[in-house]
Amino acid sequence: MARSVIPIGPWHPLQEEPEFFSLTVDGETVVDIDVSIGYNHRGIEKLSERKSFDQSSFVIERICGICSTSHPFAYTRAVEDIIPVEVPDRAKYIRTIVAELERIHSHLLWFGLAGHFLGYNTVYHWVWKLREEILDVCEILTGNRNNYAIFKPGGVRRDFKPDDFPLVLKKIDGIIPTLNRLKKAVLDDPVLHARLKGIGILTKEEAIDYCALGPTSRASGVARDVRKDAPYGAYDRIDWDMIVTENGDVFDKVVVRVLEVYESIKIIKACIRDLPGGEIDLNIKDIPPGEGIGAHEAPRGETFHYVRSDGTNRPARHKVRAPTFMNLPTYKATVIGETISDATIILAAIDPCYCCTERMAVRDVKGKKMYGGQDLVRLSQEKTAKIKREMGIP
Amino acid sequence: MMTREEVLKDLKVRFKEDIVDLFDKSPKRVYVEIRPEAIVKVGTYIFKDLQARFNVASGVDARTHMEILYHFSLEYINLLISVRVKLDRKAPAIDSLATVFKGANWIEREMNELLGIKFRGHPDMRRLLLADEWPEGVYPLRADYREWDVNAVRDRGV
Repeated sequence: MARSVIPIGPWHPLQEEPEFFSLTVDGETVVDIDVSIGYNHRGIEKLSERKSFDQSSFVIERICGICSTSHPFAYTRAVEDIIPVEVPDRAKYIRTIVAELERIHSHLLWFGLAGHFLGYNTVYHWVWKLREEILDVCEILTGNRNNYAIFKPGGVRRDFKPDDFPLVLKKIDGIIPTLNRLKKAVLDDPVLHARLKGIGILTKEEAIDYCALGPTSRASGVARDVRKDAPYGAYDRIDWDMIVTENGDVFDKVVVRVLEVYESIKIIKACIRDLPGGEIDLNIKDIPPGEGIGAHEAPRGETFHYVRSDGTNRPARHKVRAPTFMNLPTYKATVIGETISDATIILAAIDPCYCCTERMAVRDVKGKKMYGGQDLVRLSQEKTAKIKREMGIP
Repeated sequence: MMTREEVLKDLKVRFKEDIVDLFDKSPKRVYVEIRPEAIVKVGTYIFKDLQARFNVASGVDARTHMEILYHFSLEYINLLISVRVKLDRKAPAIDSLATVFKGANWIEREMNELLGIKFRGHPDMRRLLLADEWPEGVYPLRADYREWDVNAVRDRGV
């Protein structure tokens, strides 16, 4: 059968990283993949050099709408590493709570999309409704659903009010029953097992070679989590577990994320219970010359910031590395050898920005046949329906 | 697994000839400056033998020279080793680490186009981030960068 090239992307910069995939296929099987990024390169590293240390925390919050805690968290830690200082305990707990809320809503967003790709549109609407509850909690605590503007070098900008905690805890507890049903639906559903097990495998050696991060590496048996390896915030004072599975396929990546939501709930509740009193901000005035490194375990993996100060009030250099930068190249290991109908969910499994995966186009070399992104999602959904029929499930 | 002290002592002995400076900043951070020629040797040892994770590299235009910091995490002892190399600013070039581990591939492409550092032996040095119409030889993260075309955005009709 003739080889064809499938271009995927990069039209719609819905999220922070539109990507362009070019899949070379032989019949139904993917034989090569190439990725190009940079369609939305905004030069934030350069922009940050023109802002003061305080202003930069607002700029980098806008790197990503979903990770609007992760980048400021890593950045403020990098600036604090220059001096170096430790932030007050209360600020550490507040930061941890916001970061874990973000992890929950980011993972839920991903479940919804994964459900949609697989033809489980009920899951999609179910989960996004749950996510709204968490966004409400974010709004109650910080004033914003996203872009919380709560991080600053030396502490946090706003304090939490104890009066809000009963409602917050009620809302968080409220999502658990639905989450339990979701977990049961994922872990016990024979269709999902048949659909997701054994596809898109990233082996442990490949995960190490590509320096994969976050759930992508943890699903491959690489126990790697900045919160455990280099504890910060309140993560070393609270009892929680790192979720690691061994198979590295799409199913395991789903499992890691489902179980991590439970851990995040555990962390938030413990933080609210143990929230210490005292100051929330060190009021740092001057940043001395030097260099600092900050990392934070974002929902997708480690976010890494390097900041150099020359003694002025602006960073002399600010390097930002988002987790997808390390996770994206693993496609080379996971997609080759799989079918086109599985490519959608494998490409989505590392939780990149979904715009790229829902906007795909397929065409053969002569340009005769053309599939749009919706067709590819349909292909993926049809495969699930086929498995259901074979199993005799309505 | 080695302790923090053993790792540092081992590095000092093993790469006695190559280490220019070792700055023990804090319990979690160590900065090691090495000769640029030794980067593959040192990088391979830290990544493979010490089983470190490569976080990322950060290139800096320090005006007098070009600098690259390769950040490696030793997760089992919670230590971040930043390997620093200083390159000639007029023609910065260094051996590629992308052949040793795949995680270094993209960041070297990025430094190549944003800072103009050449990586010898890199398997795939295509443009990664900048637009296709961006001219060759204009490096936006250099300190002396001037906007090459102030009308660029308007002309594209964006």
